[in-house]
Amino acid sequence: MAATDLHAADLRRDERLERWKLFGLASPAILLVLVVLVIPVGWLFYVSFVGADGNFSLENYERMVSRKSYLRIFVTTFQVSILTTVLCIVIGYPLAYFISQLPTRWANLCLVTVLLPFWTSLLVRTYAWLVLLQKQGLVNQWAISLGLWDEPLKFVHNMTGTLIGMVHIMLPFLILPVYGAMRAIDKDYLKAASNLGASPRRAFWTVFFPLSTPGLFAGSLMVFVLCLGFFVTPAVLGGGRVIMVSMKIVSNIELFVNWGAASSLGVVLLVLTVIVLWIASRFTRLEQMAGGGH
Amino acid sequence: MLNWLKSPASETQVTHGQRLWLYAFAAIIMMLLVLPTLIVIPMSFSDSQYLEFPPETWSLRWYRNYFGSAEWMQATATSLKTAVLTMLVATPIGVLAAYALHASRLPYIRAAFVLLITPMMVPVVLIAVGAFYAYVKLQILYTITGLVLAHSLLAIPLVVIVTGSALQGFDMNLEQAARSLGAPRWRAFLTITLPQIRFAVVTSMLLSFLASFDEVVIAMFISGGDNPTLTRNMFNALRDQIDPTIAAISTIMILITTLMMVLVAIFGRGKT
Repeated sequence: MAATDLHAADLRRDERLERWKLFGLASPAILLVLVVLVIPVGWLFYVSFVGADGNFSLENYERMVSRKSYLRIFVTTFQVSILTTVLCIVIGYPLAYFISQLPTRWANLCLVTVLLPFWTSLLVRTYAWLVLLQKQGLVNQWAISLGLWDEPLKFVHNMTGTLIGMVHIMLPFLILPVYGAMRAIDKDYLKAASNLGASPRRAFWTVFFPLSTPGLFAGSLMVFVLCLGFFVTPAVLGGGRVIMVSMKIVSNIELFVNWGAASSLGVVLLVLTVIVLWIASRFTRLEQMAGGGH
Repeated sequence: MLNWLKSPASETQVTHGQRLWLYAFAAIIMMLLVLPTLIVIPMSFSDSQYLEFPPETWSLRWYRNYFGSAEWMQATATSLKTAVLTMLVATPIGVLAAYALHASRLPYIRAAFVLLITPMMVPVVLIAVGAFYAYVKLQILYTITGLVLAHSLLAIPLVVIVTGSALQGFDMNLEQAARSLGAPRWRAFLTITLPQIRFAVVTSMLLSFLASFDEVVIAMFISGGDNPTLTRNMFNALRDQIDPTIAAISTIMILITTLMMVLVAIFGRGKT
C-alpha cells in the first residue's frame, strides 16, 4: 500500500517535471518578448510619470488635457480610425459576400486579389497611391481628359488621401475574417428560410447577416485597433495635415527629444488599444482575431 | 443571357439580374485592390522625370540609378541580411514555443500564449520607441543584431499562430508511439512531428522574412548609421520628393514578395 503511494507520488512529480521541461522550450521566445518589448515599454510607462525636474509628476498627462493641439490629435486619430473602419465595412462586406457565394475555385481566384495587396509592402502601396493621386497624377489626368472635372483636385496631403490609402491597406484585414464566417454558414438555413416564405432580402437580414456578425465584429475591431496606432500611410499621404497619435510620438522623440511627452502618449495609445481588445475578447476569441488576418 | 439574368443565383432564389449591382461593385473593388500597386511596374520603366502612364519613352534609367548607387545597394544588403537572419532566428524559437504550448499541459500556457502574441497587439510605434531606448543602453543601436531581435519579436506571433494551428491538426499519439518504441523526445519530434507540420514551418519562415523585409517604423528608429534598411531610406525619400527611383525599387520589392508567395504556394501547400 505504502509502496504504491510512493510510486504515485514519484510519477506525479515526474509528470510535473516533464511539463515544466516542455514549457521551458518556450523560454527563448518569452525571453525575447520580455527583453525587447515588456521591459522597455514598462520603462516608458515609468518615464511618462516623471516630470521635467526629475520627480514624480503628472505633467505629461496634464499637458494632453490642457493643450488644444493634443486634443486635436486624439480627435483626428479617432476620426481616421472610425471612418476607415466604416468604409472598410461598407466596401469589404459586400465583396466578402460576393466571393463567399462563388464556387470554391472561383472564390480562391478572387481571394488572390485580396491577398496580393495584403502581401505587398505597405510602403510600396502607399507610394503607389501617392503617385496616382497627386496633382499631376493619373487620377487627375484621366478624369480631366474624360471631362469629369476641370481643375486637378487635391487628393493627397490631406484627409482624403489618408483615408483612401488606409482603407486600401486595411480592407484585407476585414475581408478575410468576414469571408471565413460567411463560408461557415450552412446554406440549408437559407433554403429553410425561403421555404417558409421569406423574401430573399428578409432571408438575408434575418438569417445570413446575423450568422456573419462574429466575423464582421472580429474584422472591424482588428481594423480599428490597427488604425489607432498607424503611422506610415498618414505620414506620407497626410502630408503633415493629418496628425495622428503615433506621428506625434515620433516627432516628440525625433524633433524635441521629449521622452516624457512621447511616453505618455504611447501609454494612452496602449491603454486605448487594450480597452478595445478587452471589449473584443468578451465577444470573440482573441486567437480568432489574430488568426483572422492570415 | 436573358435566361441567365432570370435564373436563381442563390438558395433564396435571388436572380442574377437582381444581383448585377453586386457583381459590378465587386469587380470594381477587386480592380481597385490590385491595380494601384501594379501600375507602379510600367511607370518604373519610364524615361521621364515625372511619373507618367503609359510612359512615352521607355528606359532602364531608374534601375541604373538604383543599382549604381552605393547607398541604395548598402541599404538593400542590410534589409536582405536582416530578413534572412530574422527568418532563421524567429522560426526555430517560435516553433519551439508553439510546440511547448501545445505539449505542456501546465495552467500557464494560456498566459504564455497571450504574452507571445502581444507584439501583434501593441502599437508598433511604442515597440519602436521602447527598443530605441533599450538599444541605447545595450549598445546595439544601428546594428544588424538589434534589427534582427526587434524584427524577430514581430515575427514570433505569426510563427506561433501558424505553427500552433498546424500542431492542433496533428495527432500527438504518433509522437507517443515513436517514444514508446524508444525514441527520445527530441528524436520523435524531429522525425515524426516536424515532417507532419513542415508546411506550416515553411509558411512561418516566409512570413518572418516578409515581416522583417517590409518593416518601416521600427527600422526608422533603430536602423541608421552604417546600417539603414531599404524601407527606412525609401520612407525618407518619400517624405522629400517623388523620386522615380522609388518606383524601380518598388517593382523589385513586388518581385521579391511575389517570389515568396509562389514559394509558399509550392512548399507551403495545405492550410495557411
